[in-house]
Amino acid sequence: MTEANKGVRERPRSPHLQVWRWHVTMLTSILNRVTGVGLYGAFLIGAAWAVSLAAGPEAYATFMGVMGSAIGRLVLFLITVAAFYHLACGIRHLVWDTGKGFEIKTSDASSWAVIIFGVVASIAVWVIAAMTGAL
Amino acid sequence: MVQLTLPKNSRVGKGRHFAAPAGAKRTKTFKIYRYDPEGLENPRWDTYDVDVDACGPMLLDVLIHIKNNIDPTLTFRRSCREGVCGSCSMNIGGRNTLACTHGWEEVPGAQITIAPLPSLPVVKDLVPDLTMFYAQYASIEPWLQTETPMPQKEWRQDPADREKLDGLYECILCACCTTSCPSYWWNGEKYLGPATLLHAYRWIIDSRDEATGDRLDALEDPFKLYRCHTIMNCAQVCPKGLNPAKAIAEIKKMLAERVV
Repeated sequence: MTEANKGVRERPRSPHLQVWRWHVTMLTSILNRVTGVGLYGAFLIGAAWAVSLAAGPEAYATFMGVMGSAIGRLVLFLITVAAFYHLACGIRHLVWDTGKGFEIKTSDASSWAVIIFGVVASIAVWVIAAMTGAL
Repeated sequence: MVQLTLPKNSRVGKGRHFAAPAGAKRTKTFKIYRYDPEGLENPRWDTYDVDVDACGPMLLDVLIHIKNNIDPTLTFRRSCREGVCGSCSMNIGGRNTLACTHGWEEVPGAQITIAPLPSLPVVKDLVPDLTMFYAQYASIEPWLQTETPMPQKEWRQDPADREKLDGLYECILCACCTTSCPSYWWNGEKYLGPATLLHAYRWIIDSRDEATGDRLDALEDPFKLYRCHTIMNCAQVCPKGLNPAKAIAEIKKMLAERVV
């Protein structure tokens, strides 16, 4: 047996993320935050593009070389997904702000809708870009 | 503050295992959070193989069966056993619910995890400290406030206004919703949480209440109300099928409409 605890001991905090079984609505909420933060990073890349453009042809060529690489393109694709996903979530929040769409079935469905929209719209944009020779 | 992991004194270790009695035909394993405030150890997970033919269908039946027949030290709150008192709220299979109205067969998985309501100080085993939750509820002054002289009989309300309280008055303050909310996990000391805000809305839209403006003023705060990010866990878990997220959205709407 353990020795009796004489002093006051701090109560433990009960498990939260450690035990929680996620709902899709919880997933789309945190992804909205994650993509929002990610888009701040995307703006830095946009700023780097403008800086390289101002710095002359060599700097610009270097920048385009980096962004044209496989990793660069992957980053650009993820930015596209983040942008479309974040846009769709923003519109969903506008609907919620009118007091509509709170039923569990509706909010589950709109969760799947924003995920699917983010992916499908991004693929569509990249397919169109490839068809028009922009890649 | 966001703290994704548990503090050192809260990490849950491996506990004891209680095997099913010989001759049990149908067993189910329950993994239950245990914490002894009189000892020196961290919380632990005890596992119990329960002969489910020997006990009732609800999770509360299972807990009572364990306490009566396997391990009398197991501690939990319960009272009405019919989803009215809100005492036996806990986290079962990763979701907050009332043990008395939730059948163990409804919980997916080979093993059922039972933990106290999330992100609260634990008093013992499945009993969390709800002091702050009740204090937050009291802070919204959950009673009828009027200025006009008291009528001879009762305060009257027409059926249409009475209907506005449906989906709100049924709340039993079990705290399933509030402790399901990640915003409350990270900012519980400043954010009022879904249950308290649902009750705040219940008084705001009560046609007999005359403190609506003061009530709205009290909620106009970056933390008390606006930490709700529509994560929807509250509505997903409410054992009474209520929708605190919608009530919170209605308060936000009223605050916006006041300005425009």
